[in-house]
Amino acid sequence: MAQEKKDTYAIECKGIRKTFGSVVANNNVDLDVKYGEILALLGENGSGKTTLMNMLSGIYHPDAGTIRIGGQEVSINSPTDAIGLGIGMIHQHFKLVDVHSAMDNIVLGTKEKRIRPKELKAKIEEISSKFGLEVDPEKKIYNMSVSEKQTVEILKVLYRGASILILDEPTAVLTPQETEKLFAILRRMKEQGCAIVIITHKLNEVLAISDRVEILRKGESIGTVDTKDIDEKKLTELMVGRPVTLEIDRPERKADAVPEIVIRNLNVERPDGTPGLTNVNFELMEGEILGVAGIAGSGQKELCEAITGLTEIKEGSIVHREEELVGMTFKDIRSRGIRISFVPEDRLGMGLVASMGMVDNVLLKHYQDQQGIFIDRKTPRKMAEKMVKELGILTPSVDTPVRMLSGGNVQKVLLGREIIAEPNVLLTAYPVRGLDINSSYTVYDLLNEQKKKGVAVLLVGEDLDVLLSISDRILVLCHGEVSGIVDARKTTKEEVGLLMTGVKGTKEEKEESTDGSK
Amino acid sequence: MSTVLNLFVAAVLAGTPLLFGTVGEIMNEKVGHLNLGVEGMMSIGACAGFMVGYQTDNVVLALLAAFAAGVAAALIYAVLTITFMADQNVTGLTLTIFGVGLANFIGEYMLNHSATQSLKLPEHISAQIANLHIPVLSDIPVLGKLLFSYNIFVYIGIVTAVICWYYLQKTKTGLNVRAVGENPGAADAAGIRVIRAKYINVLIGGGICGIGGAYSAMIICGGVWISNCVNGLGWISVALVIFASWSPVKAIYGSLAFGCFSVLKYYVPKSIISIPNAFYDMLPFVITALVLVISSVRQSKENNQPASCGTNYFREER
Repeated sequence: MAQEKKDTYAIECKGIRKTFGSVVANNNVDLDVKYGEILALLGENGSGKTTLMNMLSGIYHPDAGTIRIGGQEVSINSPTDAIGLGIGMIHQHFKLVDVHSAMDNIVLGTKEKRIRPKELKAKIEEISSKFGLEVDPEKKIYNMSVSEKQTVEILKVLYRGASILILDEPTAVLTPQETEKLFAILRRMKEQGCAIVIITHKLNEVLAISDRVEILRKGESIGTVDTKDIDEKKLTELMVGRPVTLEIDRPERKADAVPEIVIRNLNVERPDGTPGLTNVNFELMEGEILGVAGIAGSGQKELCEAITGLTEIKEGSIVHREEELVGMTFKDIRSRGIRISFVPEDRLGMGLVASMGMVDNVLLKHYQDQQGIFIDRKTPRKMAEKMVKELGILTPSVDTPVRMLSGGNVQKVLLGREIIAEPNVLLTAYPVRGLDINSSYTVYDLLNEQKKKGVAVLLVGEDLDVLLSISDRILVLCHGEVSGIVDARKTTKEEVGLLMTGVKGTKEEKEESTDGSK
Repeated sequence: MSTVLNLFVAAVLAGTPLLFGTVGEIMNEKVGHLNLGVEGMMSIGACAGFMVGYQTDNVVLALLAAFAAGVAAALIYAVLTITFMADQNVTGLTLTIFGVGLANFIGEYMLNHSATQSLKLPEHISAQIANLHIPVLSDIPVLGKLLFSYNIFVYIGIVTAVICWYYLQKTKTGLNVRAVGENPGAADAAGIRVIRAKYINVLIGGGICGIGGAYSAMIICGGVWISNCVNGLGWISVALVIFASWSPVKAIYGSLAFGCFSVLKYYVPKSIISIPNAFYDMLPFVITALVLVISSVRQSKENNQPASCGTNYFREER
């Protein structure tokens, strides 16, 4: 591959500028990467990282500035040009055709004649073994897990002989094990002489994988640092532009807290008839944050949807302050003045209407309380404006469709809307997924604030470090069962990890869980 | 037995325009363009084919004219939706209204300027589009009548359907085309020229619809120009696409079945089952509605509408 070119520049960008209407996405950005090097591109949500990378892959064209690839000044006008220059990009939202097989996706759009499936498979296997990838060439994309899809994307790039690889938040949807696997592949590619640019929000990953870090702030380059000379704190400061603390607050609980929600023997089935939750028992106390840990798909979604009344309950009871919620519809629950707020995982699908502005999204939650036949938009508009001010939401206006906002701001809109309804119970699923560090801390602060107000907060999370430092107790789910409820102040990451895999299903935890239910 | 045989033959003849319409629409939908203008494209094709046939007395020219007119009609749709990103549904509906109106207008004009106040295809071309008699093959008992005694259009239709199927399913270009219909963003990122693929397929699809229109004008209407000669066949074609689950080969069976419904009234003996004719006229449309309901429940991912169908593609959309 590009072995002989090692240590020469693969990409050199100078003074790149790109605007969308009046929004300046990139201004005066410089970036360079050598062959055989991994560069991490770091910046807050909306700092223009993806825009910059899209210019290299031919999706956008820069308004100003020069791009050199392998020393030659080039003009990249389309993805075809980028592929021709050996640039391959793995987009955050995979660019795969769902109904086609891995094989068909890999050869898609290549210039060569159609080759026999047999030869193609052999070729794919050859590349796979060279870089340590695993994929079934005939499997359809819609049957694949996220990590398999990503492997197909990588193969697609390698099949085209790309020597410059750009990955946009590749780890956002991966489990820690899958991330490790991806990094092994990337290191292998680096050894082969590829130039790699990786965008990620996770600072530990930046430190683990990259050789250098380029930092963008508000669309401009702040500078480049060698990874070996830096730590998480300094990176965050460079990114945010001011000193920050990386400690997560954990206010003390009230001593005389009473349970807000008591769940007994809860059983829920998934739509396909398989058990989603089995015999779940626990209490959610007022003024606490109950973390929910577990491997993805262990029943977190079912739990949240059962409490909010969104899914049918097969058996069991959910009692909110003496009132049985099972059997009530969402509307019934509302009319009793029980305010359960839910911040779902799928923000733009389930949480908000992507094509509506903030005002209308706020209105959705409140219009049923309004009197008369006409809609009052003034109150939600005021609420939206208050949210913008208090949460520092970056949006051109409160009427801009929320899909135009960056990930962090979308989450602030959703969380802000739920909080403004003054809930008794707040359920949040992966509230910081895909958010940069600064936005994540805003979310933690908001959750703590709710806790202090006496709200019962259920926090479904994936980052154990965060769960351990913010929650009061952690409920661990394994295959739809509660494998333990532990005190977050006393437990360790290892213990929770073992509970997650169900290895440690012993008496000790049973005691703990009955303890909690007294 | 002979009634069944006759019904089959009549069903093939009645189903052929549906086949053209359906295959044309499949070509459109495979690149993500739901074109509701099939009725209009067929009407324009009908008018062009018939008038050229009437004037030149040459079946090849008539076919070419019908195809070209279908392409021209589709070009209006393509420019509006692909280049200017107009709403596909509205553009398609407008194309239908425009196409039917234009065909009727030209037909009316020609009628008023003809000596006999009627337009009938000349003898030579009538003979060319009549049912064929292939020596030996057509004389085989039963099979000869079943397979080898149709007019030239029928065979062109089946060949077109098979070619389109091969093109979409078996060639590299076809793979690219299907990718465009499923996920234009992915296709674009893979280096496929999305806009070009869309134009090519929409235009070819329009041309195929145009030939279907010429069939209804020249054969179904018996070689005499009648206003509104396409008469809803375009609409049934749009629904048939779903029935055929976006496969040009399955469109052959689908159009045969629907052809059968539309001629059933002539073959059910009145002495046994006495139902008003209006019921039979209604049948294809009722079945269409039923097909739409049934197929909407179908879950198979592969046999579904191309995912991007109905939405226009803009690379820089955020």
